[in-house]
Amino acid sequence: MAKIYFSEEHEWISVEGGVGTVGITEFAQEQLGDVVFVELPEVGATIDKGDDVAVVESVKAASEVYSPVSGEVVEINEELADAPGLVNQHAEGDGWFYKVDLSDDSELDDLMTRAEYDAFVEGLE
Amino acid sequence: MGDPTPENLLTTPLDALHRELGARMVPFAGYAMPVQYSGILHEHAQARTHAALFDVSHMGQAEVRHPDGVEAAARAFEALVPGDLLALKPGQIRYTLFTNDQGGILDDLMVTNAGDHLYVVVNAGCKVEDFKHMHAGLAGCTVTERPDLALLALQGPEAAKVLARLCPEAATMAFMTARALDVAGFEVWASRSGYTGEDGYEISVPGDRAEAFARRLLEEPEVEFSGLGARDSLRLEAGLCLYGSDIDTATTPVEADLKWTIGKRRRTEAGFPGAEIVLNQLTEGTARRRVGLRLDGRQPARAHTDIVDDAGNKIGEVTSGGFGPTVEAAIAMGYIDAAHAAPGTRVACSVRGKALTAEVVTMPFAPHRYFKGQA
Repeated sequence: MAKIYFSEEHEWISVEGGVGTVGITEFAQEQLGDVVFVELPEVGATIDKGDDVAVVESVKAASEVYSPVSGEVVEINEELADAPGLVNQHAEGDGWFYKVDLSDDSELDDLMTRAEYDAFVEGLE
Repeated sequence: MGDPTPENLLTTPLDALHRELGARMVPFAGYAMPVQYSGILHEHAQARTHAALFDVSHMGQAEVRHPDGVEAAARAFEALVPGDLLALKPGQIRYTLFTNDQGGILDDLMVTNAGDHLYVVVNAGCKVEDFKHMHAGLAGCTVTERPDLALLALQGPEAAKVLARLCPEAATMAFMTARALDVAGFEVWASRSGYTGEDGYEISVPGDRAEAFARRLLEEPEVEFSGLGARDSLRLEAGLCLYGSDIDTATTPVEADLKWTIGKRRRTEAGFPGAEIVLNQLTEGTARRRVGLRLDGRQPARAHTDIVDDAGNKIGEVTSGGFGPTVEAAIAMGYIDAAHAAPGTRVACSVRGKALTAEVVTMPFAPHRYFKGQA
């Protein structure tokens, strides 16, 4: 069973078997507005927690996505190239960005649970 | 619901309506303005396919009068701009530029011969300085600022049909003409003009009637509100300059590819600020020029992105860039060395270390669909 965590930068990571699937949250996509392009990391890239690994381009502006964990990128969501709108439609599902083979599971301890993230977002609104 | 307005921001007469309709309000030129309602892509498409209503009440409206009449006002105004204003017949509008003594652009503006006076619309972000400039520079004229007026833009291929339903005379107005109209009982000053590349109107209405007027227009099935976000993507596709981004005091009308705004008579008579520099550039050319760029992919090149040649040498800089929803490609405009400015030239935009290939193209990116003739 996958377990999902959230960052203060509005990324989610769903972890199963040491591999995390990363995307941006429903709150983030709502704030960004219509997504027209997503720049993804390269498969095989080694990334550190906090690195700017992806860029989401909305009609208005470019926003960086920071990796919530360290590890190696093992897969990227190729569908976003032709259908960046998936990020708006299914931010926490089909609109995922990349999968990362975690190098340090303990980094997940710094992230929030769904309930904690929901409270965090409520504090922003 | 929308965000609260910080206390230091000004509001337009439609502020409450924007919030009621769930607009996302952002600070722009000192005003709380709606950047979007449902989404920029939808609001952009609304203007390209039906009719979009924009609140542009933050823009500066003013009237210029001269005791000897409108022709004397136009003559005085020509001391500040390179446009041929004396040629304007009653009801005609001209797009022109305030220039400085170096030929740089202080603002772009619309000037209308409104019969007995000139009606002027300037950018929100420049209006304080513009009005000072007009008060000081328009010899013998009275400049009356009209902050009591709201300004609404109704833009799109169905704009004329909608307005004609409420006021039949609206349909026959040609592009870049203006007149007083009674639209469903509202006394307005309507200009057939806009900032989207589409047919449409910019409608000046008393601020205290603006909300009722907007609500009346929104009752028409073709009309929906669009925000500043869509306004920007629409004007970029139309190849229209945004002051402060694409033109400013460091760019001249010739560099900005706005030569067409310099009246033929003004080219010989001169008599506008910076005329010597600007007219010399007309014959000698300039080292750089504003061009359009169509990128090969969807990834946008935003303002301040370097434009580079094959070898990676910087040859220019993007001043406005984004994704063009109608052209379905990343598009940009920017200044580029004259040697690379010809349409068809292959260049690249350097975005976060990647060279995004692009082609210099003739603007607009999306064809203008102005109403030129009588219906």
